[in-house]
Amino acid sequence: MTNHQDFGAALLDADHPTPPRLSDGQGRPAGKRFDVYRNNVAVSLSDALEVAFPVIRRLVGEDFFRAMAGVALRRYPPQSPLMAAFGQDMPTFLDSFPPVAHLPYLADVARVENALRRAYHAADATGMTGDDLAGLDPDLFATMPFTLAPSVTVIRSSFPVGTLWQNNQPNADPAPLTGPEDVLISRPEFDPFVDVLPAGAADVLDALDGATPLGQALEAAPEGFDFPTCLSLLVTRQVLIP
Amino acid sequence: MFDYTPNSLPTSVGVGYKPQHFEDVIRDPGPVQWLEVHAENYMGQGGRPIAQMKELSQKFAISAHGVGLSIGGEGPLDPDHLKRLRHLMDWLNPASFSEHLAWSSHGIFFNDLLPLPYTDATLTRVADHINDVQQTLGRQMLLENPSSYLWFDDSTYSEVDFLATIVARTGCGLLLDVNNVFVSATNLKMGAREYIDAYPTEYVGELHLGGHDEDTDDTGAPLLIDSHSREVADPVWDLYTYTLAKTGPTPTLIEWDNDVPDWNVLRAEADRAAAALTPAS
Repeated sequence: MTNHQDFGAALLDADHPTPPRLSDGQGRPAGKRFDVYRNNVAVSLSDALEVAFPVIRRLVGEDFFRAMAGVALRRYPPQSPLMAAFGQDMPTFLDSFPPVAHLPYLADVARVENALRRAYHAADATGMTGDDLAGLDPDLFATMPFTLAPSVTVIRSSFPVGTLWQNNQPNADPAPLTGPEDVLISRPEFDPFVDVLPAGAADVLDALDGATPLGQALEAAPEGFDFPTCLSLLVTRQVLIP
Repeated sequence: MFDYTPNSLPTSVGVGYKPQHFEDVIRDPGPVQWLEVHAENYMGQGGRPIAQMKELSQKFAISAHGVGLSIGGEGPLDPDHLKRLRHLMDWLNPASFSEHLAWSSHGIFFNDLLPLPYTDATLTRVADHINDVQQTLGRQMLLENPSSYLWFDDSTYSEVDFLATIVARTGCGLLLDVNNVFVSATNLKMGAREYIDAYPTEYVGELHLGGHDEDTDDTGAPLLIDSHSREVADPVWDLYTYTLAKTGPTPTLIEWDNDVPDWNVLRAEADRAAAALTPAS
């Protein structure tokens, strides 16, 4: 009797023997008919990774990506039927996959792409807009606690990950790559955005826990922190939930 | 004996909904009165998918079609996934919920509809799982026949007898995928019309039509692949007409999941199904 352990092992490993007692319905061994399932599994999961990581694919090339996806999906196969969550382990995989050791920024690019997918499906929320801000007394504003919208992820990178991501968008006008970047992933309406944060902004955003007044959270920022630029970005992307 | 909300799809043509057709399907639905969506694609917390589906569900009846429950799995159903399905039923209130006679999870989620031997042990397991689903969702589900590429020598039931016994044990309805019947019959060298003749059509709540690819097996015999990537093949349209003669008018879906075409191509398929479903008298 075939069990799912056996059948499943053979699906992901071409060297694993095909399960016994499978036929073509006419008494002949199933042979390559089993490969239809092997192919369906590998192609559908590779396709899912390709949809999830378009910038990684562009950076390594289509052929390399497909070969790498075949390794990644076997090392970190999906645990849940929600394909929107498949690929969460891609940063870990990329950090440990020797053929891309010379591209150490790939894992952070994958973190950005995962955060974009998460943002796309995140709960809707109404964040503070520029108009809201204009109507606020500045002293009152400083005393208000905020949380971050459910779509928001902040990624601190040792690489210029935001610029790398932007440069690899369709029709991008490539910008020079400089030093490390912290990036903000957010979704003001239905389309997620990737923005490079001013230096120190990640510390301020980390300090916004729904209880700490904004003025106090700003104390987390380093000397010379560009608060106006940061605030302009936060209200444009409706990141702050009062 | 079974007191579940039955499926209530309109007796007309539906299509598998793809987000790229959002504006087209509203502007130019043609004969399309209902849409089928993969349940797993609407299990996020918010954003565009949910907003679009809320809008579409005001204009169309919705069929929620699960592809991840692993009804034929060896272990118990994933309780988290059942909860997600229940939540989807609560906010979307679809006209129908359907799933597959297949398994897809065993520790790993394989993202494919994997085949089952038709034995007493499988029967007990599948029936228990369908009872769990119907109790959790408070509604009748439809069970879809698979596309088969191989046969289990351990099987002791024909597929049709297996499905009929499941219906008797659970009170579920059936989703008869006509393309799958054609694919399986070709691949296993059985008669597609004999399958329809034997099938308990009185329990059918929905028909599926979709495209398949052609390959060959080790002996050079035809091996059809259920690809949902092209127009419905002519012999499948013939089998559909043959099926309708037995079922009477039945909600019919055009599935096109890969290499998704422009709306007018998909609509033309829906037009063809509508013409067969309600022939000019």
